[in-house]
Amino acid sequence: MKKDLLNIRTIVAIGIGAAIFIVLRYITIPVGIVPNTTVQLNYIFLALIAVIYGPIAGGLIGLLGHSIGDALQYGNVWWSWVIVSALVGVGFGLIWRKLKISEGIFGWKSVVLFNVVQIITQAIGWFLVAPLGDITIYAEPAKKVFLQGIVAGVLDIVTVGIFGTLLIWIYAKTQTKKGSLKKEE
Amino acid sequence: MKMRMLTFIDRPTPIHKMTGASKLICFLLWSIIGMSTYDTWVLIFMLVTGLAVFAVSRIKFQEISFVLIFILIFLLLNDLAIYGFSPEQGVQIYGTRHVILRLPGSYSLTLEQLFYELNISLKYFSMIPFALLFIVTTQPSEFAASLNKIGVSYRISYAVAITLRYIPDIQRDYQEIAQAQQARGIDLSKKARIGIRIKNAAAIVLPLIFSSLGRIETISNGMELRGFGKKKMRTWYSARTFAKRDYLGIAFSAAVLVLSLTIMLVRGSRYYNPFQ
Repeated sequence: MKKDLLNIRTIVAIGIGAAIFIVLRYITIPVGIVPNTTVQLNYIFLALIAVIYGPIAGGLIGLLGHSIGDALQYGNVWWSWVIVSALVGVGFGLIWRKLKISEGIFGWKSVVLFNVVQIITQAIGWFLVAPLGDITIYAEPAKKVFLQGIVAGVLDIVTVGIFGTLLIWIYAKTQTKKGSLKKEE
Repeated sequence: MKMRMLTFIDRPTPIHKMTGASKLICFLLWSIIGMSTYDTWVLIFMLVTGLAVFAVSRIKFQEISFVLIFILIFLLLNDLAIYGFSPEQGVQIYGTRHVILRLPGSYSLTLEQLFYELNISLKYFSMIPFALLFIVTTQPSEFAASLNKIGVSYRISYAVAITLRYIPDIQRDYQEIAQAQQARGIDLSKKARIGIRIKNAAAIVLPLIFSSLGRIETISNGMELRGFGKKKMRTWYSARTFAKRDYLGIAFSAAVLVLSLTIMLVRGSRYYNPFQ
């Protein structure tokens, strides 16, 4: 079982995935409706790679991508938020066996399932774990960190819901469908 | 688009000569100290030690100043936000109330609030030298070897090695794709309408993601052909054995952690309270 979860492809996916996650932190799309708000691309990507390679890959990409990215970009690691990225990555990855993305299947049922799971895990992560981490480690005021968590969480849930779903759908279309070849009579 | 990242800066100093593994252990120990304590004196001691180590490493201020500017802005905003949301947080923590300046509503400035905000800034700030030094004084390929040395499975350590190895490649891919698409007339600036802007961003990000995912197949085939993962152990070209300075560094960091925890236990609180 363990071999199945951490085979060579998964290891490489973790390494490359974390590298893409880090580079994507620098690429943001200004939304323009509210000044200085940007669409974060890295959680959209985390959703895609986690549903392809599973919860271990998703969790480790969140963990490594966020911690190494923080260290390279800011020279400091916010562990309370790193934990959330790892948790969200695991959450996205939990449905990898249910969805058959690599076989090119991403129908309406899968879209609903993916969104239910992404909303639940992100809500737990951003609304609960991140603020509680900030309160226990930094003794920051509860009102402030819960508001921060809710704003960040709602933004992420909406962007992953729209663009994450789209990205997975586009990826599924590039995959060869099972049974797409027929034997000529 | 500029992507500013901290990179390895090679200098012949004792800090650079320490092995990556011992620097990682020290960094993690200081992280635990910084996260657990709220004692002003411990935090000041940590900051002073960090700055001293920084001086020894002979890293120039200009080489890392872009990070510090970000942190300072972050700290300023954070402190203001804390005051805005909870001007009585300090009073709650320290249990006394010394008003310095009477302001309308609950926004009266108290000595406790100022002290609390000083502590929280100190807490964020005292961690910077260690995290920063670990990144700029450790050779990337040695970093993976050190992870393995402190007990992380070599498969996961190797994933970290791949990450550090491929960040520049993916950055270059991004630049190439972005320039190629801009040459074809794709506008990423704020002049374009929001719908078009998202579509244009997709024209760059999608090829970047899909071509990078393509690398996964190539690299894993290469590793499989070379028999990666067949054995329980793996040796590292850049792994080094511990010297005296490594043991000294770890022992010092561990001693400070024990001291800090003892202070907390004896006092029965994470906070140093000058008001009682």
